[in-house]
Amino acid sequence: MIEPNRKGEIWVFAEQEDGALCDVSLELCGKARELADELKVPMAAVLPGWNVRELSYRLIALGADKVYYVHDTRLEHYRTLPYSRVMCELIAKHKPQIVLYGATPLGRDLAPRIASEMRAGLTADCTDLSIGDYTESKTKKVHKDLLLQIRPAFGGNIIATIINHDRWPQMATVREGVMCMGDGDPRRSGEIIEEKIEFSDFDLAVKLIERHREERKINLKAARTIVAGGAGVANKENFQLIHDLAGAIGGAVGASRAAVDGGWIGKEHQVGQTGTTVRPALYIACGISGAVQHRAGMEESAKIIAINWDKEAPIFSVAHFGIVGDLQTVIPMMIKAIRERA
Amino acid sequence: MGYHCIVCVKQVPDTARVTGETMKADGTVNRAALPAIFNPEDLHALEAALEVRDQYGGTITAITMGPLGATKVLRECLFRGADRAIIINDRRAAASDTLATSYILSRAVQKIGDFDFVFCGRQAIDGDTAQVGPQLAEKLGLPQVTYYERMVDLNERTARMRRNVGNGWEVLEAKLPVLVTVLDTANEPRPAGARKMMQFKKALTAQELEREVAADMKDATDEQRTEELARRIETLRMNRLLIDQWDLDDVDGDLQWCGLAGSPTKVHRVQSIVLTKDGFKAIEPTEAGVRGMIHELIVDHTLG
Ligand SMILES: Cc1cc2nc3c(=O)[nH]c(=O)nc-3n(C[C@H](O)[C@H](O)[C@H](O)COP(=O)(O)OP(=O)(O)OC[C@H]3O[C@@H](n4cnc5c(N)ncnc54)[C@H](O)[C@@H]3O)c2cc1C
Repeated sequence: MIEPNRKGEIWVFAEQEDGALCDVSLELCGKARELADELKVPMAAVLPGWNVRELSYRLIALGADKVYYVHDTRLEHYRTLPYSRVMCELIAKHKPQIVLYGATPLGRDLAPRIASEMRAGLTADCTDLSIGDYTESKTKKVHKDLLLQIRPAFGGNIIATIINHDRWPQMATVREGVMCMGDGDPRRSGEIIEEKIEFSDFDLAVKLIERHREERKINLKAARTIVAGGAGVANKENFQLIHDLAGAIGGAVGASRAAVDGGWIGKEHQVGQTGTTVRPALYIACGISGAVQHRAGMEESAKIIAINWDKEAPIFSVAHFGIVGDLQTVIPMMIKAIRERA
Repeated sequence: MGYHCIVCVKQVPDTARVTGETMKADGTVNRAALPAIFNPEDLHALEAALEVRDQYGGTITAITMGPLGATKVLRECLFRGADRAIIINDRRAAASDTLATSYILSRAVQKIGDFDFVFCGRQAIDGDTAQVGPQLAEKLGLPQVTYYERMVDLNERTARMRRNVGNGWEVLEAKLPVLVTVLDTANEPRPAGARKMMQFKKALTAQELEREVAADMKDATDEQRTEELARRIETLRMNRLLIDQWDLDDVDGDLQWCGLAGSPTKVHRVQSIVLTKDGFKAIEPTEAGVRGMIHELIVDHTLG
């Protein structure tokens, strides 16, 4: 554990696999940049790996002032213990005030190990982060400018705001796709700092014997938001609108069977009785009539927005928000509204 | 030969069963109305341990931390073949976050001592954090294998295990002892055995026995009750039906790392999600209408 350190940097653990940064790390850079600007401290990314120095430039473009790069053959493929050693050593050395990780399988394996060794707090699966004050209920002591870690809890039935005011760094994992990924500015400049870390025999004792990766398939079930298009989208070119809205929100793309049959998108995106059953936090149905076979796959979604120009369309019977109108004008308005608030 | 396995299990409210009836008028969840169940992935952890014992022999010790009512999940473990059950029960452990919980569990595991595997479910459905497994591994100074799917090879002191990493899988080799967190895709948990159920449904902790004696012997003197309690404890112990009950002193827990004091994370605020299935809102297809809707979704955290 480190003492609260108001001058400490805001860090993002830069997760990469086979030389590619994962999306959530890039999304986190934008958020960390915001937090760093608010607290007026530098933002840094920590990048362990082997021969991945050039990834630093992407992290800098997305907001990092510094990249701590740890280059070591033993870090080529992720293993818990050496990666944990890297993070613990660097945290002890540089004393960041906040460390963020993607809530990926890797991040959820690594971050708790680090939190335990550092005896620091960790909040899992945050959907939002901000800076705010906290008053201790007993002593009325006020702690200013803490990281407010917002997450769904209790099977998604409540939203809890968690803080950690004494045992720093303040750490959180953040779900993929809930923060927007910025475009980045390739002209931003930043510093790449190479760090050397010593490993013990224990750190290296677990061996990776075999490793198998599948083509990244879309995982509709895990998506927090889904934007789905149906026959009302009318053609493949227009289907780009659905991708654009999903991109703006950070959601996945779904489809009705009519859209899949039209060849506008792959079968693995189909929602419904013969497709995937989903229950995201938000489902946006665009130009989908809401046939019973489609509804069966999405009506459990926590919130549903339906966009359809036919006010009698059955999709409105399961929707929480209904927009009767032409999707070709409504979707661009939504994209604009989302961009404006960011 | 054989391997000594410790399995960590938890009793949780069945969060999947939140319905209109379990909501209070103000829209918050009435936790008491939810059934308490065996955390689903912990059953898979128990099964993983049973598979090791089926093949190589050894023992299985189930531990849980929680209120005395949680002995129910320990009995469920005994019904499925666990050899020993322990509950860690202490008021001072209340309000522990994952770090304090893993510290307390680590003290209990160390007290048990001789072990080769610690199996945990990947995560518990009341928090979904998946943090206790890795934190317990660190506290015990053990390597961790998370997202376990199956044993590929177990040869004396070396285990090769396959883990599912979401976009693929890998095989890790670790020396024992090791901590393993188990996915629900790893195996098919066996049902409770009918004979074992008959045998172990009477398994209790000493404190539960004390309550039983107090209820059965309302008119007796304290002395008679103490005597009867000692007799019943001895009977249970002889029949291997006594569930061990430890408090923080028994596991030599340092109070600064337990309960609220030992928990760096604090809950600042809780908002309930109000389930309004009937709430339908017509939105005008205009810039103002759409902007208002997006704003509403951001305020209630539907959009991050
Ligand atoms: C055994 C079986 C299994 C099935 N399984 C599935 C399944 O898994 N998933 C699935 O989706 N379907 C499934 N179906 C098909 C299902 O019955 C429907 O045919 C299908 O869902 C219709 O898709 P749609 O809503 O996109 O098209 P349509 O029903 O044609 O609806 C298009 C909608 O778009 C609206 N629209 C048109 N233009 C615009 C515009 N510019 N702006 C706004 N709105 C517009 C229209 O008003 C209309 O409501 C299955 C059917 C069978 C028989």
